[in-house]
Amino acid sequence: MRDQILTFLERNSRIDLDELAIMLGASREVIEAEIRQMEEEQVICGYSTVINWDKTDAEKVTALIEVRVTPQRDMGFDSIAERIYNYPEVRSVYLISGGYDLMVILEGKTLREVSSFVNSKLASLDTVISTSTHFILKKYKAEGTIMDKKEKDERMMLT
Amino acid sequence: MRNPLSDKAVALQPSGIRKFFDIVSEMDDVISLGVGEPDFDTPWAVRDEGIYTLERGKTFYTSNSGLKELREQISINVKQRLGVSYDPVSEVFVTVGGSEGIDLACRAMLNPGDEVLVPQPSYVAYTPCITLAGGVPVTIELKEENNFRLTAQEVLDAVTDKTKLLILPFPNNPCGSILEREDLEAIAKVVIEKDLYVVSDEIYSSLVYTEEPHVSISSLPGMRERTILIDGFSKAYAMTGWRLGYVCGPAAIVQQMVKIHQYCIMCAPTNSQYAAVVALRDCQDEVRKMRDAYNQRRRYLMYAFEQMGLPCFEPFGAFYMFPCIKEFGMTSDEFATKLLQEERVAVVPGTAFGDCGEGYVRISYAYSVEQLKKAMERLGRFVARHRKV
Repeated sequence: MRDQILTFLERNSRIDLDELAIMLGASREVIEAEIRQMEEEQVICGYSTVINWDKTDAEKVTALIEVRVTPQRDMGFDSIAERIYNYPEVRSVYLISGGYDLMVILEGKTLREVSSFVNSKLASLDTVISTSTHFILKKYKAEGTIMDKKEKDERMMLT
Repeated sequence: MRNPLSDKAVALQPSGIRKFFDIVSEMDDVISLGVGEPDFDTPWAVRDEGIYTLERGKTFYTSNSGLKELREQISINVKQRLGVSYDPVSEVFVTVGGSEGIDLACRAMLNPGDEVLVPQPSYVAYTPCITLAGGVPVTIELKEENNFRLTAQEVLDAVTDKTKLLILPFPNNPCGSILEREDLEAIAKVVIEKDLYVVSDEIYSSLVYTEEPHVSISSLPGMRERTILIDGFSKAYAMTGWRLGYVCGPAAIVQQMVKIHQYCIMCAPTNSQYAAVVALRDCQDEVRKMRDAYNQRRRYLMYAFEQMGLPCFEPFGAFYMFPCIKEFGMTSDEFATKLLQEERVAVVPGTAFGDCGEGYVRISYAYSVEQLKKAMERLGRFVARHRKV
């Protein structure tokens, strides 16, 4: 049941709960209770919207920044990650296996704003050894959603 | 000039779906609930394999029976799902869709005058294939009071000393009805007692929504040697346009079917066969996801019908609902035509699947929930307007 609810919510967090209850063959109360429980357990951490900002007037740039850091005694990577993720400009922080340690996803209004953040906030941290910044040029698919999906039904009307 | 046509061909009834299709294609803004194919795209891994094999130039004939790897995968899959073992070399072959399997079974097994039991409402191809093969179709009417299941008694009542074959179209198009183990056991008893063979069209066998998965009659004691099992990739893997099905059965029958297949088809499309290997091997999770989605829509439609007071038995297979429209005092054809003209919703009259489909319409749920919702609003309006108080 949980898996099925999550599958729906991940795709559409605004789904009507009565409708969801019908489709899963359960009562609305059961579904609501399960969702509340998952919110409390932080299985569900929030509800967000997938936006194609390219179609708005908003100026936005997104950068992926590979960060190499020196892990700290007793804290590993957690404390440095926390110092980074607390900045509101930072959208996501992941600990990564391989050639670098943290993947930081950053959003800013302009290239200059992002690079200034990297220089003044990130690279200047004592534990940061190096950064490498990649700007996103075009989003084709984000969070499992294809941005420019062609929704044409190719089927014949009756078969 | 002489008449160029064969009497047999001319005598065949044109498909009832086709007639309606011509009206629908003239109209705009129609929400169609009329299709018999999945709305999902073929899983990307399958399409990718299709592209890849084209690039590598795998564009030649395969053996008549089909690619060895594919027959092996089919054998493994059938064993896992249905618990029946078939030798991939002599008891499995690949066809152009499930329909070819039906045609070949009739042609390989029927002698002139042999009677074939055809439960109806059912898929439109059975009776023409039987007739073209020289057999005599004998209709068994499925009844709503039995949830459109075939009963052993109905089979028994229809058997004569000329009866040779029973077509078993379950999960059923258009009713969505299924046969469960007890139903099949009772039917199998009659089949063995009366020395019949079964052509079991299990093309929807991966789309069953009961706790117990689909049971094939071929898995019952004494039935493997009497059953031609037909399945394919169209419905379960959303691969209708790839035209690929398969047949499993006793070697002696399969051998004759492959012989005819060899003369008229040569082999199923090579490209599709390579892609199908990937479908069977790597896409079981996607099949499960699609089944879950159909099941959710099925529940939604049951609820919507209940809300508008449209009586419908609960179907547990395929992706069709078969609501009863007798209360409106219209024929299926009139109901479907009016619904199309007044609300621009296309459904298929039950009579397209046999005369006994009168009083019912087929509604497909191979559509997104959003589309179904819109369609149910329109149908609800229509039903309320035409209801006799």
